[in-house]
Amino acid sequence: MLKKVFEGSVDYLQILDENGNIDAALLPSYLDDAKVVEMYKLMSFARALDAKVLSLQRQGRVATYAPLVGQEATQIGSALAMRKDDLFVPNFRQHGVFLARGMPIDVMVLGWKGFEEGNIIPKEVGGFPMIIPVSTQMPHGAGIAFAQKYLKKDVAVLAYVGDGGTSEGDFYEALNFAGVFKVPLVAIIENNQWAISVPRNRQSAAQTLAQKGIAAGIKVLQVDGNDVIAVYKAVKDAIDNSKDGPMLIECVTYRMSMHTTADDPTRYRSDDEVEVWKKRDPIMRVRTYLNAKNLWNDSLESQMQNEQKKAIDDAVEKAEKFVPDPKSIFEHVYSFMPQTLKEEMDYAVESNFFMEKK
Amino acid sequence: MQANMVSAINNALELLMKENDKVVVFGEDVGKDGGVFRVTDGLQAKFGPDRVFDTPLAESVIMGSAIGMAMSGLRPIPEMQFAGFMFLAFSQLVNHAARFRSRTRSNLKVPLVVRTPVSGGVRTLEHHSESPEAFYSHAGGLIVVEPSNPYDAKGLMIKASHLDDPVVFLEPTKLYRLFKQEIPDEMYEVPIGKAAMASEGEDLTIITYGTMVQVVKDVVSKRNLSADVVDLRTINPIDEETIINSAKKTGRVVIVHEAPLSFGAGAEIAARIAEKAIFELDAPVIRVGSDSLPYPFPGYENYYIPNELKISKAIDRVLE
Repeated sequence: MLKKVFEGSVDYLQILDENGNIDAALLPSYLDDAKVVEMYKLMSFARALDAKVLSLQRQGRVATYAPLVGQEATQIGSALAMRKDDLFVPNFRQHGVFLARGMPIDVMVLGWKGFEEGNIIPKEVGGFPMIIPVSTQMPHGAGIAFAQKYLKKDVAVLAYVGDGGTSEGDFYEALNFAGVFKVPLVAIIENNQWAISVPRNRQSAAQTLAQKGIAAGIKVLQVDGNDVIAVYKAVKDAIDNSKDGPMLIECVTYRMSMHTTADDPTRYRSDDEVEVWKKRDPIMRVRTYLNAKNLWNDSLESQMQNEQKKAIDDAVEKAEKFVPDPKSIFEHVYSFMPQTLKEEMDYAVESNFFMEKK
Repeated sequence: MQANMVSAINNALELLMKENDKVVVFGEDVGKDGGVFRVTDGLQAKFGPDRVFDTPLAESVIMGSAIGMAMSGLRPIPEMQFAGFMFLAFSQLVNHAARFRSRTRSNLKVPLVVRTPVSGGVRTLEHHSESPEAFYSHAGGLIVVEPSNPYDAKGLMIKASHLDDPVVFLEPTKLYRLFKQEIPDEMYEVPIGKAAMASEGEDLTIITYGTMVQVVKDVVSKRNLSADVVDLRTINPIDEETIINSAKKTGRVVIVHEAPLSFGAGAEIAARIAEKAIFELDAPVIRVGSDSLPYPFPGYENYYIPNELKISKAIDRVLE
């Protein structure tokens, strides 16, 4: 006997195309004009912050930085879809998500300046600290989602991963675990086409990354990750259904800039490729849409830009006043201070090893 | 109650689960099967499959999900089936469990206890007999404990689960059923970071833990030696005070562990003694460990694990 025992497929969702045209049949009824304006403002804010931090890095005022430019729709769309108590687990490029969830910018800047204090996240933000080892945050997301279900809380957990991250074992282990225990996890692949210098087609022979969720027995969807409305709808629906189990959403976007400030993308990708994606810019299409509906104009634009610039400049100024306390590196290792560690700390203090850096 | 180490840890888990409904126990075969060594036997029947459950066979997500749960208000006690398999969870443990507290300036904590059987001598398969305590102790942020008897096993487990820190709980397979001991029925804590004096004497100090405590005690007894036998119980953070005091008292020190000699916990202990007590020593500190090689197949393990002869020879050297 030979018979088909499984068949799967992956849907692709786009609502606002790159020319600013809306697919009215797919436009969710719960999305009003004010929300689209909010999306536009936050995407612009994320891009402005990104440009500022990049410039600070070039001046040596922050350490290594991972730019988000080009990925604003995926980040802002998904963040705005979260309910008040929902949680998110980032990798290292979700500054837009943090911004949209109300993370104080000065605290973010502290993180980029290289201080652990940048990981002190106010509870209402609902975020966990950025994670550097690729995909290792996904098992945390599965466990955090498990805990929400165990504690009978109606809370969904968003966990972000890149295209490269889907090649890691932790990615699959987390989805598999989430599927077995039907936990409220919304896994979001921010497929920006490049894992440092390695292109998407080198990560997997699979036609979509979304289909990796099918093997774990969970719902999947591929979304135009540069369409903030489609991302918003996809993630909101996934959150609304998260009580029934997890979902994997692949957001197809593009990393317009370098992997981090330590990287030079001209070594491995062509300008022609970047030009193609410039036309698919996530912010411009929303601006076109809002202009056409008379919901935006140049005057509102310049007012917004001034407000955002001031907020960013004030935050940077505040962060730059931060005075680090070297003793703090010893004081938060355990819930208690082991005698041997205390000796190391006291020795450093008494011997004045914490001399101000030259 | 009379308990061997398996029943002592099982009893600790039961008391912890009764005390706090945020305690969950999970891993590979811990449910109906009660764990391959039966340490979680009967717990699923008592507390239900929501609190005691089998996971997919994947160590990294067992560890990683435990971290997520611990940061969300639960107190997970995951089991790693064997120490050799636990290396698949090494990244989660060292990169994340150990670091969340410091990297958030104590805004997040990871209260979990990860249990795993360790060490050899029971003629089991490859990758079932490792002594990995030095790996975990070297990563700042993890607490590493290893009991040598049922009383300490129960008390350390209860203390470990009450702490707001990630604890690596190493259970010597050989000691699981080696002997029984009278232990209290109720909850009690054995302090973490505090060694025990397994015996006290004047002529030398033997610092050891885990499987080797019993072997050392046998040698001391057979040779009728007057020795301080220090059972560390906690590897990290180490009880330096007890070690140094005893070294100064006897002036002669042997360190014995089953883990390979090179870069083992013995090196750490010897270095601390050198820094703080060297001028009060009457002989060089001698370390005894397994040989510095990968754990051999069970047919060869008895040539590898330190035996009474190897320990006795080291004692002769410091008593010369």
